This record gives sequence, C-alpha cells and structure tokens, in this order.
Amino acid sequence: MVEGLAFVFMGLVALGGGVTVVVARNTVYSAMGLFATLLAVAVLYVVQLAHLVAAVQVIVYAGAVLTLFLFVIMLIGVDKSEKIDEKLPFQRWIVGGLAVVIVLFAAWLTILGDFDWVPAASTTVPDATNGTVQRVAEPLFTDWVLAFEATALLLTIAAAGAIALAHYRRREA
Amino acid sequence: MVDAGWYMGLAGALFLIGALGLLLRRNALVMFMCIELMLNAVNLTLISAGRALNDLTGQVAVFFILVVAAAEVVVGLAIIVSIFRLRATASVDELSELRG
Repeated sequence: MVEGLAFVFMGLVALGGGVTVVVARNTVYSAMGLFATLLAVAVLYVVQLAHLVAAVQVIVYAGAVLTLFLFVIMLIGVDKSEKIDEKLPFQRWIVGGLAVVIVLFAAWLTILGDFDWVPAASTTVPDATNGTVQRVAEPLFTDWVLAFEATALLLTIAAAGAIALAHYRRREA
Repeated sequence: MVDAGWYMGLAGALFLIGALGLLLRRNALVMFMCIELMLNAVNLTLISAGRALNDLTGQVAVFFILVVAAAEVVVGLAIIVSIFRLRATASVDELSELRG
C-alpha cells in the first residue's frame, strides 16, 4: 500500500521531470527537471530496498553531476532559444510518428502478450537488509573486484582527460 | 508490493522521453541530460529485476553504471565547453567542422 502510493506519486514526479527536460526552453529549467527525476528515481530505489544505490544516486547524480551541469550552463551562458527553422522539414513529424508507433506496439505487447516481466521471479521476498552497504559490498569486492578497480582507473583517466581538454589551447600558427 | 512490471513500464516511459528529447532537441547540453534520463530508466529496470529475482547483482550493476555515467558526464561536458570556446554555440546543428 505504502509502496503503491510512493510508486504512483514518484512515478508522476519522474515523468513530469523528464517531460520538463525535453520541452523546457530554458536550459536551467531542463536541469531542474532532471533533478526532480533523479530524486524521484532515488525514492523508488529506497522503496525497493536499494538503500546504498539510492544514497549514491543522490550524492553522485543530484549532487555532483547536476552541479557540473549547472556550472557548465552558467559558463557557456544560458543559451538564447534554439533556432526552430528546419533543415530537414519532416524530421520531427517522422520522429513523432515513429514514437506513436512504438508506444502503440509496446502497449499492444503488454496488454495482449502473455509473458512474465521478470522470468522465473523468485518467490522469496528479499529481506530488509538487502540493499545495505555490507550486502552490496560483498559481491562488489569478491566477484566484481576487477571491474571495481577498472572503474577506479576509468575515473582517474576521465578526470585527467577533462583537465587536459579544459587546458587545451589552439596553438597560434 | 508493486509488481516489477509496473516499474518496467515506468522505466520504459522514461526511456522513451529521453530518446525523444535526444532526437528532437539541438542544444548539446539538453541532449546530454536526455542521455542521463535514459541511463536512469535502465538503472530502474535493473533494480526492479534484482528485487524480483532476490539477487544483489542488479544493484552492483547499477553501481557500476553510476560510476561510468559520472565519468562520461565529466568528459562530455569538457568536450562541450571546448567546442563552445571554438564556435561560441551549444547547438549541434552549427557543428560542421568536418565538412569538406
């Protein structure tokens, strides 16, 4: 019951935020829409007992990534509204039509198709400690420790690359 | 307990919104945000499936996706800034540097 309420409310917030990202004319509003979606999805993680992932989502995404987005928006200036004139006149209509077809197809599959969303779903309900730091760290540092080290390397490379890009100046010939 | 199918439906809707935004908008920053939206939709499906299967691997996968997405944002925004320095625009339609 509580989960149902949280799902409906946070789902609506997430969808509204997503629509805001796409339709807002001002880039800062788009960023705020993304913020709403990220927080709503984080709440849905908590509802599904993924506490650590929800915390990481709030800290990394809503904290760091979104701050970076806002910083870049301020840096390159809140853009004037995009030019609407089309070089490919029917592009938007084709995309819209395609989207309608996809949605109808998915709805048709969902309503008429006889399938399980998650095949062979386990009947045992996960206990409440499912998403704690200890439980997630166990597979992370045993089965996936190599991938974990690789992401550490990836982050270092990304930081170094970003600094290199920011310092790059075209040499005056 | 809400059935995993509902979460999958919500994630599908979020992914569709993100994909449409990526196709329709020209501002590189907004396109980037739409990519983040799609990544979040996929993360939601992983968490839901992980709970339905009572398997923690889903959460581990989401953890890795979060890290890789953070690295991707750092590099992508640096590229956008350096393009802006060169052309003073964030619109992807204006970028025709490779045209012969």
